Formats: sequence, structure tokens, C-alpha cells
Amino acid sequence: MKIVYVDNNATTKVAPEVVEAMMPYFSELYGNPSSMHFFGGQVQRKVNEAREQVADFLGADPSEIVFTSCGTESDNAAIFGTLDSYPEKRHFITTRVEHPAVGNVCTYLARKGYRVTELSVDREGRLDLDELRESITKDTALVSIMYANNETGVIFPIEEIGQIVKAEGIPFHTDAVQAAGKIPLNMKNSTVDMLSISGHKLHAPKGIGVLYIRKGTRFSPFIIGGHQEKGRRGGTENVPYIIGLGKACELAKKNLDEERTRVRALRDYLEKGILERIPNTLLNGDRENRLPNTLNVSFEYVEGESILLLLSDLGICASSGSACTSGSLEPSHVLRAMGVPFTAAHGSIRFSLSIYNTKEEMDYIIEHLPPIIQKLRDISPFWKDYLKSQKKE
Amino acid sequence: MWEYSDKVKDHFLNPRNVGEIEDPDGVGEVGSLACGDALRLTFKLDENKRIKDVKFKTFGCASAIASSSALTEIIKGMTLEEAEKVTNRDIANYLGGLPEEKMHCSVMGREALELAIANYRGQKVGKENFEVVCKCFGVTDREIAKAVRENDLKTVEQVTYYTKAGGGCAKCHPKIEAIIEKVRKEMEKEAPPAKPEKKKLTNIQKIKLIEETLGREIVPALKADGGDLDLIDIEGNKVFVALRGKCSFCPSSGVTLKQYVEAKLKEFVSDDIVVEEVRP
Repeated sequence: MKIVYVDNNATTKVAPEVVEAMMPYFSELYGNPSSMHFFGGQVQRKVNEAREQVADFLGADPSEIVFTSCGTESDNAAIFGTLDSYPEKRHFITTRVEHPAVGNVCTYLARKGYRVTELSVDREGRLDLDELRESITKDTALVSIMYANNETGVIFPIEEIGQIVKAEGIPFHTDAVQAAGKIPLNMKNSTVDMLSISGHKLHAPKGIGVLYIRKGTRFSPFIIGGHQEKGRRGGTENVPYIIGLGKACELAKKNLDEERTRVRALRDYLEKGILERIPNTLLNGDRENRLPNTLNVSFEYVEGESILLLLSDLGICASSGSACTSGSLEPSHVLRAMGVPFTAAHGSIRFSLSIYNTKEEMDYIIEHLPPIIQKLRDISPFWKDYLKSQKKE
Repeated sequence: MWEYSDKVKDHFLNPRNVGEIEDPDGVGEVGSLACGDALRLTFKLDENKRIKDVKFKTFGCASAIASSSALTEIIKGMTLEEAEKVTNRDIANYLGGLPEEKMHCSVMGREALELAIANYRGQKVGKENFEVVCKCFGVTDREIAKAVRENDLKTVEQVTYYTKAGGGCAKCHPKIEAIIEKVRKEMEKEAPPAKPEKKKLTNIQKIKLIEETLGREIVPALKADGGDLDLIDIEGNKVFVALRGKCSFCPSSGVTLKQYVEAKLKEFVSDDIVVEEVRP
């Protein structure tokens, strides 16, 4: 079956160059980087090289890079590592649209007696920075705000936010899992203290992540163990994956222009094709400040899981904010926070592209999506009601 | 991805009897756009008062569409007295089963049928006579009780899977628990269990056995993962525990409790054990 993979915000294909770079480190160069012998030493040099590649990609110093097991660990480490360093402070600020890797930590913190402020977003998914300013108190231990939203692709003004937060002397963390590789990140003159990235969102494998920690940032290790990662994260280095992530970061840096031009053009082409051909379709999220690869649209009066399964039947892999896909009963917390009306929230579909997508694939989607939506609208009781109400007016 | 049976896939991809009957004998509508699924069922009777024609329109996921399609196939040709007896289980079975989380789709089918029959008879099955327990999804005590009875449900989670009740803000969970308890008591009276599977324990024996099982089967495994568990209290068949160490903030602690701790206690102590977490 033809496969059109447009679910790259969920995970990406591992780049062939990355696989190639990793292969020797399984059964040939399997030494432990901490070992004293040459066999471990040569592996350590490769790990250092990977650290430099990641640092170069982020505009950081290699000493500021901590390898973790995934984006979720990076987020957890940043939050718990900071709160642990400021035990006297009991207030935490974040947003209502974070990934569960931050969002569910908030629920936990609230249960543990922390005061948690979740900043709201408007209909386009944008923050109100005055709300942030008003939320900061002397008791605020940490502000954690995502760089770009996984569902809508909306990009937050991270440096502007950072200036507000740093003016108060408060540590600032950002979950940049979706931003990395899609828009330029440069920690050099940044206000960000900590930043999370995840390997499998940028063509490295699943099971590897990074937490950037700016020099001088107070941080207690989240995983306590050996001296690895300068004592900031115990556990023997996941050598092949670290080397894979290094390579992926090198590629991501090279491909950034392509993401911002060709991928963006493909996304815009798909967006236009869908909006023109399918009536009662809404675009979700700030059209201007949006990741170049992400398109989130809602088809009124139909339900997302049904759309996904009909797409899947044609080999098209996308994702939905519909309740039914997740097993929960309420639609995506992001769309609800944005106030997307119920007529549309259940019928939202996210297409997320990568450099591996082609125009021919976009044409395939544009050709097959309209009859799918029409078929489901013909089954839906609300579509006919809607058409009737239109006639009356 | 959901594991749907071939029959579900078939009825989703090729739904039978889609549409609306003009001038129907009975109409039943349930659900709403806000709830995420809705069904409008219309039927027409023949001269022998059998269902001659039945059509549906559904807004919802694959299993909602398949359940509606299956329902129409099941009841075609039935008298209303026969159709009345169709349960949500019949719909699910016709489809070769549904994922438990999706059972509410079959319940939606049964409810629409009930409303359509009442509509034909000129009866009112208004929600006004019953208490709306779950405000998020507008589910009444009657609907919850019926689902518990027909599907032998034991937990709030199951009630949510079958009726959606409790799937939103969770404020109604205590009320749902009370309904489950009440209905299950009634069910026990009606049909006392044939034979107790494990020999009846005195309270003291039970408490001792729970402690032993926790110490031997459960705590060592949790400790291996950096977690721990304290037994807080035992009330009847309810065992209250507090998760400690890494378990206390582990996002899968709910799964640990139900699939591991509860399963072990059921295995070694009694089949009716329910484990509940006590949060500090």
C-alpha cells in the first residue's frame, strides 16, 4: 500500500545517515565511555563529538548539553531539578496548552501543594503576556512555556517571554521538542535557561533526548546515579543513540532552510487545497506564527477518528484532536483552551510534514480528502440540519 | 490505534441503512455535537407491525457508525416488542465485540432505539424524570443503572466506557459509585451467586492475607522500580493504599494499581477486591 506519512509531529523517520552513524556502536565499538581503556576512550571521543554537534545546532556550549532518554524526561528533569533547587518557592507558571510531559507534572505539583498558574490562550492559540506579568510573584520558582505547540504548531514569543521572566530573576524553561529542526534555535544570546528537545521528532530514533542547561543555572539531578553528564544525569550513556542524535542535529541544521522554504510551501499548498475544496473547514491556530510543517484544520459536523480511519485506509497517516482517538471523551485540551467550538473540535485533523514529503503526496491528500469528508457528512445528522438552516437564511 | 474487529471495519466502511425515513412511525435521537457523537434513528412499520424499514444518521467515531449500522440490521423485521429486548450487548456481539472504551457507542444505539419506540407509542422518555448525574455528558441515573445491570459493570471506569458518564470533570464519580453499589446489591438479591469461588474469609483472615500478599507479591516488585506502597485501610472489599517513592508521581501508577496490585489481590485473596489509592 502507498504510504503518505504526514504525522511528523508524532514521530519522524530516522534519517538513513543517522542509522548509518549509529550502527558501529552496537556490536563493534560497544565500550563504556567511562572506562579507562582505549576501547572505551574512543567511544567517549565520539560521544563528545555528538555533544558538540548538538551544541552547535542549539548555539550552545557542549558543557550545557545533558543527554536524557526522551523529551518527557528532559521536561521532568527541568521542572523537578529546578523546584528542588528552590525548595522555599512554591509557585509554578506554565500554560494551558502544554504537552502532557509538562501538563501532567502540573497536576502532580498541584497535588503536592504547589500553586500552579496555567496561562490561557486566545482563539488563535496565542498567549497574553500581561497575564504572565501579573502572574509572577516572589514565590515563583520556575516558568515553563513551550516553544511551539505540538497540535497547532503555534509558536510562542519565547525571547519576549524570557525577558519578562528573567527581569524578575526567575529560571525559565521551554519545551522545544516541536520547534527543534523546524525553526532556528540559538541559545547564545537567549533568555532561555533550560530547553528540552527530543530525538525522534528530528529524524533521530525514539529513546533519546536533550536538556540544555545554561551555565550557572541552579539544577539538582533528576536521575541520581553515576558521574555521567557531569553528575546532572546518572546512567551509562546511551551511546549509539547519542551518536545518532548528534548526526540528526547536524542534518537538521543543514536542512533548516529547506524546512522553512520547501516544507512550508508544501504545507501552504496542502492548506490551500483543503480549504478551497472543502466547505465549513476552519484553520486552527495563529496563521502567522506557526511551525512551517504543521497544519491543523477542523471539518465541521464530522468526527476526527472516522476521518483518520478513512484516510488510513488510503495509506494516509495523520492525527486528530478528537476525543475518540485518545480514548478520553473530551477533545484535545489545546483546542478546548483555544475555545474552538464543539461543532469543530471533534473534527480536527493535524497534518505535520517533513523534508521527506513531496508535492505528489500533497496532491494525493487533496484528491482523496474531500470525498471522505463528504461521505461522513452524508452520514452525519447535523450536516443536513446545517444545510437546511442555511436555506432558510 | 484501536483494535476493531473486521465486522466493525466493514460496517464503518460500508454502513447499511444510512439516511432518514420521510414521515417515519418513530424517531429517536441521542447525543449532541458537544458530546462527540449523536445518532438519529427513524423507522417505519408494516401492516403486521413489524419494522419494515429503518435508517440512521450518525455523527461520531468508527465504532459509533458501525454500532448504528449494526442496530438497523438487527432490528429490521422485528416487532417492537422484540426490538425492545435488544440490548447494547447484542449490538456489540453482532459486531464481533467492541473495545471496552468504545462500548458507549453500542449503548447509544440501544438508547436511540428505546426513544424511537417510545416516540411511536406516544410515550415520553424525558430526562426530566431522572437525575442527570454526569453533567458533562448529560447522563441520568437511570441510564447508568441500566448499563450497570445489563453489562455487569463493577467500576466507575467501566461505567464511563459504557455510558460516558464520569468521563469529563469527574465530579460525579462518588454518585456513580453509589449507583453501582445500589444496583449490584439489587442484582445480588435477584440472583444470589451460585457458589463462592474462594472460601469465605473472616475479616481478620482477610486482612492478614492482604498484608501477606502485599508483602510477598507486590511490594518487592514495586521496590525494584524505586517505588513502594503502604496499606492504609481495609473496608469490606475495598483496600486503600498509598503509593510511595517513584510510584507516587509515576504517570502509570493508575495502571499499576488496577492491573497489578488489584489483580494480585484478586488472585490471592478474593475476587471482589477493589484497590483505591489514597492521595496525601
